[in-house]
Amino acid sequence: MGGFANAVVQGVMVGGLYAMFAIGLALIFGVMKLVNIAHGDLIVLAAYIGLVVTQTLHLNPLAALVFVVPIMAVVGYGLQRGLFNRTMGDDLMPPLLVSFGLSIIMENGFLALFSADNRRLQAGALEVASVKLTDAISIGVLPLLQLVAAILVIAALQLLLYRTRLGRAFRAVSDDPRIAQLMGLNNRHVFGLAMGLSLAIVGLAGVLLAISANFDPASGPTRLIFGFEAVIIGGLSSFWGTLAGGIILGVVQSVAATVDPGLQVLAGHVAFLIVLAIRPQGLFGRPG
Amino acid sequence: MPEAPLLSVTALEAFYGDFQALYGVDVEVGRGRIVAVIGANGAGKSTLLNTLVGLNPAPREAIRFAGEAIGGEPPYKIVKRGIALVPEGRRLFPSLSVEENLLIGAQVGRPGPWTLERVFKLFPILSERRRLPSMSLSGGQQQMVAVGRALMSNPMLLLCDELSLGLAPIVVKEIYAYIRRIVAEGVSAVIVEQDISQALKIADHVYCMLEGRVALSGPAATVTREAIAAAYFGV
Amino acid sequence: MSYVVSRSSRASLGASFVVVVALAAGASAPLWASSDQLRQMIEIFLYVALACLWNFLAGYAGLVSVGQQAYVGLGGYALFALAAKAGVAPLYSLPLIGVGAALLSAPIALLLFRLRGAYFAITSWVVAEVFRLTAILIVPLGGGSGMSLPLQAAKSLGRTPHERFVAIYITSLVLLMLVLALIFLTLRSRLGLALTAIRDNELAARSNGVNVDRTKLIVYVAAAAGTAMIGAVIFLQKLRISPDSGFSVNDWTALVIFMVVIGGIGTFEGPILGALIYFLLRETLSQLGPYYLMALGAVAIAVMLFEPRGLWGALRARTGLQFLPLSFVVSKRG
Repeated sequence: MGGFANAVVQGVMVGGLYAMFAIGLALIFGVMKLVNIAHGDLIVLAAYIGLVVTQTLHLNPLAALVFVVPIMAVVGYGLQRGLFNRTMGDDLMPPLLVSFGLSIIMENGFLALFSADNRRLQAGALEVASVKLTDAISIGVLPLLQLVAAILVIAALQLLLYRTRLGRAFRAVSDDPRIAQLMGLNNRHVFGLAMGLSLAIVGLAGVLLAISANFDPASGPTRLIFGFEAVIIGGLSSFWGTLAGGIILGVVQSVAATVDPGLQVLAGHVAFLIVLAIRPQGLFGRPG
Repeated sequence: MPEAPLLSVTALEAFYGDFQALYGVDVEVGRGRIVAVIGANGAGKSTLLNTLVGLNPAPREAIRFAGEAIGGEPPYKIVKRGIALVPEGRRLFPSLSVEENLLIGAQVGRPGPWTLERVFKLFPILSERRRLPSMSLSGGQQQMVAVGRALMSNPMLLLCDELSLGLAPIVVKEIYAYIRRIVAEGVSAVIVEQDISQALKIADHVYCMLEGRVALSGPAATVTREAIAAAYFGV
Repeated sequence: MSYVVSRSSRASLGASFVVVVALAAGASAPLWASSDQLRQMIEIFLYVALACLWNFLAGYAGLVSVGQQAYVGLGGYALFALAAKAGVAPLYSLPLIGVGAALLSAPIALLLFRLRGAYFAITSWVVAEVFRLTAILIVPLGGGSGMSLPLQAAKSLGRTPHERFVAIYITSLVLLMLVLALIFLTLRSRLGLALTAIRDNELAARSNGVNVDRTKLIVYVAAAAGTAMIGAVIFLQKLRISPDSGFSVNDWTALVIFMVVIGGIGTFEGPILGALIYFLLRETLSQLGPYYLMALGAVAIAVMLFEPRGLWGALRARTGLQFLPLSFVVSKRG
């Protein structure tokens, strides 16, 4: 039983990471109805940037965030204004195919630049530090950090969306992009800011991912899928729902791994497909 | 010497893809004036307003505002110049409260007398409901929010698209009384209306559109019922 | 003055002639081609077929799937499983595989259709991943490292390698012709009309009585069946299958999508053109090494941004050229 409880706790922690993958996706979908298939590869990009920064500046990965997050934010703004803004419109194919093409380009780019080797960011003592809850259960500080970071990011986003001018602009553009222009909002700029914010979160998530697990050029699609599954399981109605979705996914995966490691990811997919089959709006989403 | 008009539209054409909606429209709005644009459905009234505010493309010189050619500029620039639209059907932002809908109207940052407090003074009933979701208000109240939202950008010219749509006559009267007060404070207005009597009551000048063209133009005080009927129905 | 409305124009008649000649050349190849040439042509035929099917799904029915590799791997594994465990000769198992894939794909379609656009796309990828991860778990089929085609099964195609290539060549050619004929006839039928309506404006199509959901289901199931049969032949040729190779996104989806987009999505000739161009350029592309897929991706993105109709679409728009009789031509009589 201790093993099961431990698995659940671990799953909750990793769920925080999945939620962060998902929040970036949910944010840009909310503001501009864009689904970026390269999202997972951008998480991996953040991981590789973290790698380069830690290696050249000899920094602890968490300190490297000071560089990674702003770099990713700028990449996001540039990517939106330079590429994705040209695909926005009624047709759903251009953004889909362009982001898919971008995903393939990035994966092969990583392969060319960094080789196919597994990489990991070393966080030193932090990696093994843990907090003991009970005799059977202890929580690693790093996994706990993933969950806490997710909660802080969501709280900060809620604050941004509901207490600031920018957040008001995001909500208005999300409601009615045509009329939002009449408020003096330059949609192209607002979209860029939304993508910049999304990738800033991706930057944080990417570094945390790289500390907690190995990554390689082909890791992107699976992260995209985890984020996507968290969004669908939790529903699009609120970011807290997305957190719940991420946690549920993490727990399902973690518990399945105690039965057989080979079942871990598969169980998550199956859980996602079941939620899709019986409650497509998500467990915490509003119907219709 | 007559003062130059605030807005002057010359030979304006507008297209939706291959479909032509405006065929060479000429309109003028003087400072502090109310101009009414009437016409049947599909005559091009809304298209005219949408084009003025930049939601449809237009040739540069076709629209002159406050002495400058503004045709073809994007909406966010045109709003900054001082033209605000109260869209057909209100089009409030559902995710925003009443107060937030008004605040976002000010996002363009034009200086002027219209502040949140002033709008609430004009529409006291909104002040009581400021934190409510905008869509929970009655039609008339939503219309007030839409007008207030446009006012928050401190426009020189207010474009109103079918204010009376879906509202009871008594509410329509109330809304237009507010418009008169707003114009009295120095804002010019273009009123697009299906309610002809209301339009004639409030306007200084009236245009009647038919199938994308101006069929009638004249002072509201002297234009006759017959002339309007002829222009409206194209007989 | 009177007018005639017909399906053919002079260009399309000429095109039909070219097609017949190409078919004759193709059918006679076993007589004159070397093993290597046959192998090349097999690969081309199979990729053209995959591209046409993906285009049928995405360009005509609007179902942009990035998970068709699920059926490629499914077909491959089914062929190997039937050969290894049930002793079914590979070529005879093809129809079974088609039917099996069709049956399996129907409930999958119903699940996928709950989503639209990019959500549909990503979920189709998840389905492919489920197939891949399941394949890893199935130990009798080789688990993570995969399995080889039993020698018996390979030998049943022919005594010498050349004979086997000929057998696979003929199979691929027949399969390609079937796929092309099926798509061609569908596009000229009422179903094709429904598809064009859906592609142009789904809402309008629905309100005009087009049974959009059933149309999409038929297309999805047909594409799955075809893709699975093609996948079976692909791996029959390779003699070995593994979860990673069978369900590879890069090989069976990315490359196919790029071919279709560059050639012209939503046109009959586009995917054929795109695949042919890829194979013509392959020598040059291989010099780029690992960058070739990046280069293709960049070109596909550029096409999507600046000329979304692709090469064929742009050509057709500019010249009015219609290669195969798929639309109506109005000409004056007399």
